[in-house]
Amino acid sequence: MRVYGTEVSSRLLLGTAQYPSPKVLAEAITASGCEIITVSLRRETADGSGAGFWDLLRDTGTRILPNTAGCHSVQEAVTTAQMAREVFGTNWIKLEVIGHSDTLQPDVFGLVEAARILCADGFEVFPYTTDDLVVGEKLVEAGCELLMPWGAPIGSGQGLRNPDALRAMRAHFPDIPLIVDAGIGRPSDAAQAMELGIDAVLLNTAVAKAGDPVAMARAMALGIEAGRMGHMAEPMEPRDMAVPSTPLLGLAELG
Amino acid sequence: MNLIVNAQPREVTAQTLADALSELGFTGPAIATALNGQFVPREARQTTSLKSGDQLEVLAPMQGG
Repeated sequence: MRVYGTEVSSRLLLGTAQYPSPKVLAEAITASGCEIITVSLRRETADGSGAGFWDLLRDTGTRILPNTAGCHSVQEAVTTAQMAREVFGTNWIKLEVIGHSDTLQPDVFGLVEAARILCADGFEVFPYTTDDLVVGEKLVEAGCELLMPWGAPIGSGQGLRNPDALRAMRAHFPDIPLIVDAGIGRPSDAAQAMELGIDAVLLNTAVAKAGDPVAMARAMALGIEAGRMGHMAEPMEPRDMAVPSTPLLGLAELG
Repeated sequence: MNLIVNAQPREVTAQTLADALSELGFTGPAIATALNGQFVPREARQTTSLKSGDQLEVLAPMQGG
């Protein structure tokens, strides 16, 4: 998969929040085989805790995708993106402009506006968006080379609430990388997304809040791999009626 | 002068952003700054003057999804 000119082999992007410990986080990243991890910027504390976390991230050898999580306005998101570019030394930004505090639904109007500003400023924007086709078109027009539709609300673990919409999105944007971001709860959800032809999956809570985050990181990677292989292998169409799989020819008459 | 630093009232004698960061103990390399909601690049901190009541945000890498 190519994202903004970078070839990545893992189709799992992993968030770094909510793990039981930094050690478990590091082990989960390794177990997942992911090449891209998401991070945020938050207020620095007097003890300089941010620097320690930054050292841990660099040791993982993964590529950093900073986010603008928690931003509710275009101005906040743009300023956060500019700050992230300086700290992390990357033009990549996972752009979130949140419309509602309870649903964490993207404010797609602010999202398009912020994407336009950031793309014009040289950013490579990964927009967290809905599965709306028109919004996707506006984001592509703004300069986004990929789209990140939600599967379900952030942190909900509900899986794909509207697979038909994702299927339509795949058909409408055949050449734009699509990454399902948010809502994945289980490996089967991730596999389902990949079977629909989605290019990659970004998830966090489903791994971090599992009983065994390291094992779940691996399970997600396998689910994504299985789903991708299944998609490429062109699954059969479902049939209304039973069709015997064992040949009838040569069936003995024993009754 | 009085500043609002990461939502906390702080008093500094520094006149520039760079000096205020040193005075406040933000000496790590992995920080980014915004003054009154506007990003201030690292190279501009030395030439950015402060005034009383300015709101300063000092951000650092944290866990995120």
